[in-house]
Amino acid sequence: MSATTEMQATRLPLPKMTSQIEGDLMEVSMGPQHPSTHGVFRMNVALDGEVVRKLKPVFGYLHRNHEKIGENTSYLGSMPYTDRLDYFCSMTNNWAYALSVEKLAGIEVPERAEYLRVILAELTRLQNHASLLGFLLSDMGAWGTPLMYAFREREKILDLFESLSGSRMMCDYMRFGGCRLDAGPDWFARAQKIIDAFPRFLDEFEELIVSNEILIARTQNVGKLSAELAINAGITGPMLRASGVNYDLRKVDGYGIYPRFKFRIPLGDHGDCYDRLMLRALEMRESLGILNQAMKEIPAGPIMNPKVKIRAFKPPIGEAYGRIEGPKGELGFYLISDGSANPYRYRVRPPSFINLTVLEDLCLGHTVADVMVILGSIDIVMGEVDR
Amino acid sequence: MIGTGVLKGMAVTARNFFGSYFEKDRLITVQYPEERETLPENYRNFPFLVFDNDPEAGLRCVACKICEKECPPQCIYIVKSDDKKPDYMGKPQFYPKVFDIDISVCMSCQICVEVCPFEAIKMDKVFELSRRERFNALLIKKDELAKSNDYYHRIHPVEAAEVDANLAAAAAAKKKPAPTPAAAPAPAT
Repeated sequence: MSATTEMQATRLPLPKMTSQIEGDLMEVSMGPQHPSTHGVFRMNVALDGEVVRKLKPVFGYLHRNHEKIGENTSYLGSMPYTDRLDYFCSMTNNWAYALSVEKLAGIEVPERAEYLRVILAELTRLQNHASLLGFLLSDMGAWGTPLMYAFREREKILDLFESLSGSRMMCDYMRFGGCRLDAGPDWFARAQKIIDAFPRFLDEFEELIVSNEILIARTQNVGKLSAELAINAGITGPMLRASGVNYDLRKVDGYGIYPRFKFRIPLGDHGDCYDRLMLRALEMRESLGILNQAMKEIPAGPIMNPKVKIRAFKPPIGEAYGRIEGPKGELGFYLISDGSANPYRYRVRPPSFINLTVLEDLCLGHTVADVMVILGSIDIVMGEVDR
Repeated sequence: MIGTGVLKGMAVTARNFFGSYFEKDRLITVQYPEERETLPENYRNFPFLVFDNDPEAGLRCVACKICEKECPPQCIYIVKSDDKKPDYMGKPQFYPKVFDIDISVCMSCQICVEVCPFEAIKMDKVFELSRRERFNALLIKKDELAKSNDYYHRIHPVEAAEVDANLAAAAAAKKKPAPTPAAAPAPAT
């Protein structure tokens, strides 16, 4: 028995994690003000020198009662709140929620709205992955420059969102049975220009990072996630695919009109941070392919199902789970309706929260500096983790 | 050779640095208070009340309280009038005695605009609204919320034209049934 456990056994109950040195382990509280924790996230780490021996994530600093609020507002009233879950990708959040309500009430979506949704979701994926790469490099000490390159591209996409929906990040764009506003030909021309210019950014960014020796030393063989653990822990999204598991809801579920598009699912081999990073770069290229197809094929027509009432929307009694492949993983909304105007139960299945649960397994045996890289590569947004 | 990857990256940063002097899409920032970008047509932030002609009597709002009920963060507060007053079309209607919007609570979701059956509440484009006082200064009262239809046309030209056309069509449809019963019995007699 080590000295630490003996001490714990003999003394009175103190707060479990302290900043005192206990035996040869030092317990340090990282966050919530740590600049690399992507928001207000705290990790209590027990360090042996610089090596992590124990890690306990502490959530809840950004808890806003999202699910309870969802049960107390109308179905429509929850839509703007979903923007605030993962505030980087409000379009995909809107889509997941709209999809589950459409499942619940059996609402058809017009063709043009489906195409618009795909275009906006893929644009969201582009800007989410781009800014993630920027943040990740920023965490590794490449202060500013790559992040600003990524934000430059992201800003162009956010401008598109702003001119379409009225807001850069809190789009509140999709509705049950379609989308709120139609995009004109000049919007499509602008979007096409941005899509055409995006590969240059990707080429440059890859040139910047792929062969960089420092980056390779910091990411390869760091935070390895085995395919088995990834599946058992319920990991989804790019993190799961970086471990080599071929699972993408766009292919598996084929929700919306994704089966119509030709695209490939990039897979990683090792499941380390480098794979997770490069997988996102590859995914962006596939997204560009989907975008180009969707922009070409988008038909004219209505964007809203005329049968859907905006006011006093009451779906039939029942339950539904709608899920989509968000940029961070499987984003699902589980709704139970009791026939009234508010959902009886409103549950969010947030991808970054569930992906974060393996943080300790990934970090054990690595140094404190690696913890930041691993955390960055998981791609979390605290707005979604704490809800 | 070790170090080539870093040098390659340096070449990219150099390309971006010098490129930012010549290419517009490598430098997209503007010097904000001096230079301003025009806001897109659909831009929205806080709601305002539309009136025709007169800011007090011409308010389109009839205090039906739908927006107050539907507002997700509950930032609208309405007190309905006891008496009816002729609205902008001359029809006697209730009017809001009090109409407050707490814009420190408002989350700019524009659901109030969507649910309003009278085209009375619309989204504004104002920003730079910082105030020195924390509570009452951000509680916007009815007289400050009321803005003219011309102003609405200035900030959202396309949408406002559509709304005006819809309102005119609705008014015409309402007027039509009145003359037809009057006209129908005429040939019979």
